[in-house]
Amino acid sequence: MDPVLIELTVNGRSRTAENVWAGESLLYVLRERLGLRGSKDACEQGECGSCSVYLDGELVCACLVSAGQADGAEVVTVEGLSDGEALHPIQQAYVSEGAVQCGFCTPGLIVATHCLLDANSDPSDAEIREALAGNLCRCTGYEKIVSAVRLAATETAPG
Amino acid sequence: MDYLRPRTWQDAVALKTENPAAVPINGGTDLMVDLNFARRRPASLLDLSHLEVLKRWGKSNGTVELGAGVTYTDVLEHLPGDLPALAIASRTVGSPQIRNRGTIGGNLATASPAGDAHPPLLATGATVRVESMRGTRDVPIGRFFTGPKSNVLEPDELIRSVLVPTARGPQQFSKVGTRNAMVIAVVSFALALDVPGRHVGTGIGSAAPTPLEAADAAAYLGQELDRGGYWEAHRELPAGIVEGFAERVAAAARPIDDVRGPARYRVHALRVMARRTLRWAWSALATDGSCAH
Repeated sequence: MDPVLIELTVNGRSRTAENVWAGESLLYVLRERLGLRGSKDACEQGECGSCSVYLDGELVCACLVSAGQADGAEVVTVEGLSDGEALHPIQQAYVSEGAVQCGFCTPGLIVATHCLLDANSDPSDAEIREALAGNLCRCTGYEKIVSAVRLAATETAPG
Repeated sequence: MDYLRPRTWQDAVALKTENPAAVPINGGTDLMVDLNFARRRPASLLDLSHLEVLKRWGKSNGTVELGAGVTYTDVLEHLPGDLPALAIASRTVGSPQIRNRGTIGGNLATASPAGDAHPPLLATGATVRVESMRGTRDVPIGRFFTGPKSNVLEPDELIRSVLVPTARGPQQFSKVGTRNAMVIAVVSFALALDVPGRHVGTGIGSAAPTPLEAADAAAYLGQELDRGGYWEAHRELPAGIVEGFAERVAAAARPIDDVRGPARYRVHALRVMARRTLRWAWSALATDGSCAH
């Protein structure tokens, strides 16, 4: 049964990928088979968070999910957060605060921030740092990223 | 490489017997790294991640049975009162992304000497429930690990669950690493005080070929607490008892020098962690007498 066909829902659309090797990662499927290159491929070992996506509603590293495991799953990537060309308020907050430098870590941080604010609309700095602990940025030193999350929290707060 | 996706636990057990070389995958946080870097090319993957029965936990008769697919996030969010040491340890695992996928069963299967769940499971006297077509067997955690990244599992066996006694007193866990997240423990230590049972449990991680108990230290502390009547009256512990315990914990370690730290540092850190976890646990007991009754 090798190679395999997998079917999954990505950003609300039903997608299929053919000739998949069951041991390849969901990240590889997203980037190389479905052309969704928002999720970044950096460490391939779950250390950097650049490939953070939602898998069935949970924040995960796409590099640590096998293609076979993703068959039938519902995946939301960073591409699924914006409304067409209009940035999501979290993305806008990162731009406004200058929290993007080389930009490689940014998509993963946006998804992780989305997950944090979904569960906690008014996080403390300590809660922000713990929630983003799995997302490495080698440029900014994190201060502006934390500022962007604070700004995004005020922009997306209910009411 | 074949990809096997059983729909029931019974199918999974049968498939493991038919394909003893199949490598189980659940959270994938260890195995996928090996696949991504082409360090391993198993003949087949046995995907356990869709088996709902493995994701459940249940409480009965003073025991929490954790299905092998229960994640660190599950323990952290739902079981901190029943399994405090395991919950504290779970919070130190990786990052939210890793805790959402990584499982207690997977930690046991990988059997790294540095596995974060292992010291709490040792300190609380957990039991690993293992199944195959031949039947079920319960392995005390102290006999589960056989060497670095090896355990007692036979090729046809799968971990079904872990049975952990519900806390009956304060528990603590401490871990040394170079940052507060995303670290493999340089050294770790767990302590569980069973107040009504008058029993001390310990677990050491990353300081020997396998996770291990500090049996002499636990016996020493138990005797001293008995002798001084400390189990009943939660008076301040004399420094001599705390030091005696810490010395024995450090003496139990058999560490090596490696990239994460030298052996001497690990022994030193263990002494400090034993002292601190005992003081933290004892102060919880002193402020919350309800643990004893």
